[in-house]
Amino acid sequence: MSILVNKDTKLIVQGFTGSQGTLHSEQSIEYGTNIVGGVTPGKGGMEHLGKPVFNSVDEAVEELDPNASIIFVPAKFCKESIIESAEAGIKLIVCITEGIPTLDMLEAKKRIDDLGVRLIGPNCPGVITPGEAKLGIMPGNIHKPGSIGIISRSGTLTYEAVKQTTDLGFGQSSCVGIGGDPIPGSSFIDMLKLFEDDDQTEAIVLVGEIGGNAEEAAAEYIKNNVTKPVISYIAGQTAPAGKRMGHAGAIIAGGKGTAKDKIEKLKECGVHIADNLVSIGSKVAEVLQH
Amino acid sequence: MNLHEYQGKALFAEYNLPVSKGKIIYSADEVTDACNEIGGTSWVVKAQVHAGGRGKSGGVQLINTPEDGIKFAEKWLGNNLVTYQTDAKGQPVNSILIEECTNISQELYLSAVIDRDSQKIVFIGSSEGGVNIEEVAKNMPEKIIYQGVVYGDKSLPDNASNIAKVLKLNDIQTIQFISMIDNLLRLFVEKDLSLLEINPLVITDSGDLLCLDAKVNIDSNALFRQPELLEMYDETQEDPQEAEAAKNDLSYVSLDGNIGCMVNGAGLAMGTMDTIKFYGGNPANFLDVGGTATQERVAKAFKIILEDPDVKVVLVNIFGGIVRCDLIAKGIIAAIKEVEVKIPVVVRLEGNSADKGSKILSKADIKIDSINDLAEAAKKAVELAK
Repeated sequence: MSILVNKDTKLIVQGFTGSQGTLHSEQSIEYGTNIVGGVTPGKGGMEHLGKPVFNSVDEAVEELDPNASIIFVPAKFCKESIIESAEAGIKLIVCITEGIPTLDMLEAKKRIDDLGVRLIGPNCPGVITPGEAKLGIMPGNIHKPGSIGIISRSGTLTYEAVKQTTDLGFGQSSCVGIGGDPIPGSSFIDMLKLFEDDDQTEAIVLVGEIGGNAEEAAAEYIKNNVTKPVISYIAGQTAPAGKRMGHAGAIIAGGKGTAKDKIEKLKECGVHIADNLVSIGSKVAEVLQH
Repeated sequence: MNLHEYQGKALFAEYNLPVSKGKIIYSADEVTDACNEIGGTSWVVKAQVHAGGRGKSGGVQLINTPEDGIKFAEKWLGNNLVTYQTDAKGQPVNSILIEECTNISQELYLSAVIDRDSQKIVFIGSSEGGVNIEEVAKNMPEKIIYQGVVYGDKSLPDNASNIAKVLKLNDIQTIQFISMIDNLLRLFVEKDLSLLEINPLVITDSGDLLCLDAKVNIDSNALFRQPELLEMYDETQEDPQEAEAAKNDLSYVSLDGNIGCMVNGAGLAMGTMDTIKFYGGNPANFLDVGGTATQERVAKAFKIILEDPDVKVVLVNIFGGIVRCDLIAKGIIAAIKEVEVKIPVVVRLEGNSADKGSKILSKADIKIDSINDLAEAAKKAVELAK
């Protein structure tokens, strides 16, 4: 087992023929992901990387019956792309694009929630189930099928956690980058639920960072709902206050948002803390050997 | 992106929100004409900088003659204003807003922000205006009200009248306030704001509501569709290194330490800073060089880091994802030569073809400490910075 994606995932790529879409689709196909086709408006009917291209997600769904979509279109068109995909009946959408206007995400998020669609990202590395399917821009070769579920707000930090758990022999069940935007499609809690229910996952690594309230909410959820051990690293312990958080935004979080607060809350809720970036793997080993 | 008060108030006026009559000036010569045009016998002069706390620092003054305004302009224009929100250097004053004088009977607080938790635009109101709202939130939370608006929800008299009750507005003011909230929401959505703050919102001695200050932040991701707002960008208000970095699409924040950091990915950049601190050092900056660490980008990043005279060593930490580390290594060597870096450089490469990359670095004809283990690399940088 695994979460979100596996060898049965039938993927279409939105923004298939663009440079990013092409590069990462090639890599995903090479990894063994079942990409069945793609969408680029105006290029319908052509073939790209040996797969059919369609003008719209509707047409692609009609012909290919995919169950997931990955989005590489430019930020200014992402709102439409997400909504188009959701309305066409795709139930899992992964959006890699960075820089989407926040109000666009408020609108897109509301629409996908109404339609019961799961969105991962935006501004994220994607999702991978090692050895089965790679929906994203992560380097496939650092992963290894195994027992650790990884959730992170950051791309390269996820790779660190992956590399360390691979080097120590644990491997990963699935890895999900939920993205660093203020309005993510899926939260830590959404992913914790899935990993808790996944038989293959023995422990969960949660990589967080400063800002917002997502880690605190996750901590509270873990305390009440997660029986598997959770190991966490929070980046930004040395980040200066006020540089990223707006004036009124800080109030609404009730003074929350610093790494220190997040770590304290996670500890209080029974989460194991890796106090250094380089010790995520060894912390996992320590926890699992007990 | 931040706006100046006068720019924010121009937007307010466009959306029929009540603001004082005023005029923006850029030199002392313009003061007298501006005062005459506004009329009256006293005025308020306000230095325009991207920072709060101007009043307490002498950046806002009541004047009774244009001559006093000229003195104020001569004192501030071309100089820096230091407030509790700026750094020790302060922010340069290039313009002054002259406004008609308002007789205030009460000061209130109103703001709107996109709240991550509820995923709504949330209005925040308080009967305690003109003071630091974070203090009010801490000490008198009962005097603050939060009202969320679901995106696309066009009718909000309920939310607005709930806030009006906490602000203790009378019936006439409440009607005025409901239309204000309506206009503010329209402004927020149409102009892609990320924060809007009116502190204080005042009740004048004639009982009317008036926006006495305007703090407006715009979502930088949305500037592509807000060309008229992009024109309001004032580069002089940004940290010069941060502005230069932003121009080159690099994310940079200057800090107090002496170990320069160049990292790919924002999370890993923060993690690298933390690791330096963990081993007893102090990072000089946050710098995310982005996913594709090409020679060009690495060279620009070196230039920006080296402009900080405190930097004694640079730690480069790259996790090669799709881009191979051997290519990155060649880029780093070329960039070091191009920029003529004179201080020690420690490079940690991990991920795609990291071994090949390290070999290239250790064979280079310039001295680079190539260390693949992040902990060891950080320790080395800390040692070299001493």
